[in-house]
Amino acid sequence: MSDNLNNTGFISRLIALVHKETRQMLRDRSNLAVGLLLPAVLILLFGYGLSFDVTNAPVAVVMEDKSPGAHSVVAGFQGSEYIAPVWVDSMPEAERLIRAAEVIAIVRVPIDFSRRLAAGNAQIQLLVNGADSSTASVLESYVNGAIATWAQHQVDRSGVAVSSGSVEIVQRMWFNEASTSTWYLVPGLIALVMTLIGAFLTSLLIAREWERGTLESLFVTPVRPLEIVLAKLVPYLVIGAIDLILCLLAAKFLFQVPMRGSLWAILLASMLYLAVSLLLGLFISGKTRNQFQASQVALLVSFMPAMMLSGFVFDLRNVPTVVQVISHILPATHFMQLIKTLFLAGDNWSMLLRDCSILVLYAVLLTLATHRTLRKKLD
Amino acid sequence: MQALLNFFFRRQLLSSDNFFSLRNYLAQINFLFRKELLTIFKEPSTRAVLIAPALVQALLFGYGATYDLTYAPYAVLDQSRSAASTELLAKIDSTNIFKRELTLTSPTQIADAIENNDLILVLSIPSDFEARLAKGETAPMQLILDGRNSTTAGSAAAQIGAIVNTYNQTRNGVASISIERRAWYNPNLESRWNLMPALIAALSMIQTLLLAALSVAREREQGTFDQLLVTPLTPMQILIGKALPSILVGLLQSTIILLVIRFWFQIPMSGSYWLLYLGLITFTGAAVGMGLSISALSTSMQQAMLYTFLLIMPMMLLSGLLTPVRNMPEILQIATYANPLRFGMDMVRRIYLEGAGLHEIAFDFVPMLAVAAITLPLAAWLFRNRLG
Repeated sequence: MSDNLNNTGFISRLIALVHKETRQMLRDRSNLAVGLLLPAVLILLFGYGLSFDVTNAPVAVVMEDKSPGAHSVVAGFQGSEYIAPVWVDSMPEAERLIRAAEVIAIVRVPIDFSRRLAAGNAQIQLLVNGADSSTASVLESYVNGAIATWAQHQVDRSGVAVSSGSVEIVQRMWFNEASTSTWYLVPGLIALVMTLIGAFLTSLLIAREWERGTLESLFVTPVRPLEIVLAKLVPYLVIGAIDLILCLLAAKFLFQVPMRGSLWAILLASMLYLAVSLLLGLFISGKTRNQFQASQVALLVSFMPAMMLSGFVFDLRNVPTVVQVISHILPATHFMQLIKTLFLAGDNWSMLLRDCSILVLYAVLLTLATHRTLRKKLD
Repeated sequence: MQALLNFFFRRQLLSSDNFFSLRNYLAQINFLFRKELLTIFKEPSTRAVLIAPALVQALLFGYGATYDLTYAPYAVLDQSRSAASTELLAKIDSTNIFKRELTLTSPTQIADAIENNDLILVLSIPSDFEARLAKGETAPMQLILDGRNSTTAGSAAAQIGAIVNTYNQTRNGVASISIERRAWYNPNLESRWNLMPALIAALSMIQTLLLAALSVAREREQGTFDQLLVTPLTPMQILIGKALPSILVGLLQSTIILLVIRFWFQIPMSGSYWLLYLGLITFTGAAVGMGLSISALSTSMQQAMLYTFLLIMPMMLLSGLLTPVRNMPEILQIATYANPLRFGMDMVRRIYLEGAGLHEIAFDFVPMLAVAAITLPLAAWLFRNRLG
């Protein structure tokens, strides 16, 4: 080891340092637990645990009007995959269920429904629990649609009104034909795992050496700051690459998410982003020089924004401009957009070129910034 | 062996002695408590890292974390260029949500438009649109959605569907049935109302858990924990002295987020603040218990931090923060019972939005108390009994 360090060659010093960093990484099992076990757990949780698709939502149906006509309005709910109707007799009973969180909505067919239907102004009440607003919205549009379809059928069947034609929507969901949230969550998972490896594993590396004073002893050796940065990067790049392969295999074989872009483009973009997030972790580490602060900052600037602001689940089109600007400062946002497109839409050269250039720019800037924090000087 | 004897000896002293020893006991905890507070708050940058993020995140996520469709840019390919299609499109444009960004002239442009231009959907109206309507037939209109975020796409499609339904009803003159919607607890169904109260629990937990996890690990790494063990403090006293500051920081963060929600975003609080804080203390206690157990198990700060993340990530995902627990498979739903965050969030949401009373959310306390009752004593035991 010391022989290597005495060599003047850049490469041999780098190899020696990489050797040291790798041994340090492997020595602590917690590194491997987070580096390899956590991504595996996340893959399973994401693929199976997270879903925005409303299925079998318990909805109380109160039939105050017991006529067959009234019943046919809600009959469609029975076979629906969205709704699991719970038939109750009275409104107080239904309200008790919604308060106890046993159902999330109530459909009420009032006692005068049939009479008012004949008069042409029938009403149905829909009561949703707004505390779960996204499910409530989906249910609302589903119930609206089901009843509109029923009304249209009634008109067609009765033949009373002379039909003056109607517009029908033929809907196609591009890039996500199955219309399942898993298809966009799993590519997003790659972005999240890459962020996590970077921020968590590397954010303590330099801070720890500052705290223990080992960085100062490294400064008296011939190694240069750039070599320290690169050496700290290499072992974690390898871990990240293994995770990437795990994610890709799971996406393809476990969750059958289509991979429409070319594999090399996905690999290139992911490795670039991995480097950026590792460097971000190193920069935080070098900047704070304090393990406690480094860990808190890493969590705050990398992982939380990547989950909340990168467009992973929350569509950035819906957020105010200020938040949009902030989220576009994050490298995660650019990678998130790119990886979803590469997976679901296919190769999009202009986007690939633009986002990869941004990532390269970040990598260079962060290398320089980390390099600055390591200048050989003592406090 | 010596440690074990000491442990029992002091236990004995405490139980047999009188009021004086209780005061002494509390005074000893107080010393440790003050020392811990000093470690946390003495450095300005550490202070900032524990207080500022709660404020910034509450504001950022309050605006950024939304499922509501507020801006839906779309493109139109109108090959019929008729009165009927113009009327329908005008109805779509008259909503505040849909914004026509692009007018296409040929079907070949659709692919490009949707792939590059950040559009949510493309409406394609065929040339025989009006002719079919005039004949009283059904006129198809194509709706092409960008499925890269199928959730947004789905709600855009539902809105277009509602507009088309109304249009059909006015054409045919049969407004035979109407739906009266009322939403409890969140009248406009804003997702911010649903997400923000959950953040009172979620955001504060992340930093508090990490704070607790690093507290003992830092002393172990610096070698001062051994010194603490040879002081007259019992493990229970060390536990209380270490846990209280973290719980305080957690409650402070929750309060900051609560203030932002209440006064900046002006989401009305329906429940009792007393009950909310009772719940938050239980929740934070459980989180700190988990943190201290990790801390007692780790030999270095690096380990403590990584084990914390190993725990935080699945806890966040299995909490119902982003997706409802109801949508998860049965086995994962069972796993969420070990997750205090799930019940902490549920508790805060229901007190805040629904104004739930103690009897309605009593069950939420059970898993949280169970986790606290296991992890806190476990941490105290591990302080002395961890090998290595």
